[in-house]
Amino acid sequence: MNLTVTVNGTAHTVDVEDRTLLVHLLRDHLDLTATNIGCDTTSCGACTVLLDGESVKSCTVLAASVDGQSVTTLEGLAEGERWHRVQEGFRSKHGLQCGFCTPGMVMAAVSLLDENPSPTADQVRQGLEGNLCRCTGYHNIVAAVLDAAAAKPVTS
Amino acid sequence: MIPAPFDYVRADSYDAAAAALGEHGDEAKLLAGGQSLLPLMKLRLATPAVVVDVSRARDLAYVRDDGGVLAIGALTRHCDVARSADVTAHAPLLAHAAGSVGDPQVRHRGTVGGSVAHADPSADIPTALLALGASYVVRGPGGTREVSAADFSTGFLETVLAPDELLVEIRVPSARGEAWGYEKFTRRAIDWATVAVAVQKRGGETSVALANMGSTVLRAAATEAALASGAGAADAAAHADEGTEPAADVTASAEFRRHLARVLTKRALVAAGR
Ligand SMILES: Cc1cc2nc3c(=O)[nH]c(=O)nc-3n(C[C@H](O)[C@H](O)[C@H](O)COP(=O)(O)OP(=O)(O)OC[C@H]3O[C@@H](n4cnc5c(N)ncnc54)[C@H](O)[C@@H]3O)c2cc1C
Ligand code: FES
Ligand code: FES
Repeated sequence: MNLTVTVNGTAHTVDVEDRTLLVHLLRDHLDLTATNIGCDTTSCGACTVLLDGESVKSCTVLAASVDGQSVTTLEGLAEGERWHRVQEGFRSKHGLQCGFCTPGMVMAAVSLLDENPSPTADQVRQGLEGNLCRCTGYHNIVAAVLDAAAAKPVTS
Repeated sequence: MIPAPFDYVRADSYDAAAAALGEHGDEAKLLAGGQSLLPLMKLRLATPAVVVDVSRARDLAYVRDDGGVLAIGALTRHCDVARSADVTAHAPLLAHAAGSVGDPQVRHRGTVGGSVAHADPSADIPTALLALGASYVVRGPGGTREVSAADFSTGFLETVLAPDELLVEIRVPSARGEAWGYEKFTRRAIDWATVAVAVQKRGGETSVALANMGSTVLRAAATEAALASGAGAADAAAHADEGTEPAADVTASAEFRRHLARVLTKRALVAAGR
């Protein structure tokens, strides 16, 4: 089927099989490979992107379902050379080791801060419950998100 | 993993969905939030020939205060139920249960109607709705009927819904100001309940519903009877697993589930001030 999706601000019209998943639309058709596939069973959150501003697991959304909607991936967060405050938080607090979970973790954190701009450490842990990290033990990820929350959002 | 091939039909209203189901019969499957159906399709445990996508049927996504009854459109997402001021005021148990489904990403897609229609006995939403004495409005070519939460699920993942019927609305009698409790035991943060217990007080009566203690969500009848005849929380909770047939699986043995039902029922009753 033909569908039009705005990804990171650019409208794309693509012809895909009806059964195509959003994550494959992004990775295989639009060459946006920051979004990882981890478990492929809706458990790990590595594939998290924003759909109309809210976090979803893109391995469990049909591409066809987002026709006409707007998707943001990790590639769409920075403004030119200026990183998003969540990216900045992950860098300064070293919120990653191997980095595999990081794109999904960052997108989930962006959605979390949008819904709760000043979370407690506990609320950050709860809010990231859909994202698994096998390396960090989460401690620095929580610190990164709290750091981002304390930074002023960049208004454009 | 990708689903087996199917034809995709977008239905952005009840009428469009009913027409698509009428045309494709039991070849077709409704897709709401897809948070149960898509994982099953990816594992090829479900292979519908036609997928009718109602995820953007706005006429079925609402929360309304219908004068003493809370009316919730079937396509209302878990996240919208959890943060709705009306749900928080009239059925805080349901708002809490919606907030404990899966994780934020699942709650941004999954719908309360999808959860009810899927009829997983370990699901949070149907358990809370059973304790709240909700009813479900079902609509199809034969007309509209209202089914009580207690009569809706007929077995594991089975309901009274015919293939050409939609669950359109959930109706919850207001429990404003009434005490409630919800206790859910899980092995991992985002999991379905190993066992969960929902308690809702209403006037002098206390309803107790159990998740994952049988092939459907259940009322803890013996506990309710004990409470009605004046037993305290600890004594009444000791009967919570009576008459149930919990399954054994990788997360728990049947005996552990029975133990959890008793312990969690006591905690939920205490939380509800019993
Ligand atoms: C990682 C993960 C964790 C989860 N954890 C939990 C949890 O802790 N607790 C919990 O309760 N649930 C949990 N779930 C399931 C979640 O609640 C689902 O959202 C819900 O079960 C299904 O809702 P849906 O809108 O996604 O329905 P779908 O997946 O789209 O549909 C489910 C079924 O219902 C049918 N259906 C949907 N809407 C209607 C309708 N209006 N009328 C008739 N039939 C309909 C569909 O045809 C399908 O058979 C989890 C899911 C995932 C992926
Ligand atoms: S790859 Fe989607 S949740 Fe793991
Ligand atoms: S940094 Fe390796 S999985 Fe999170």
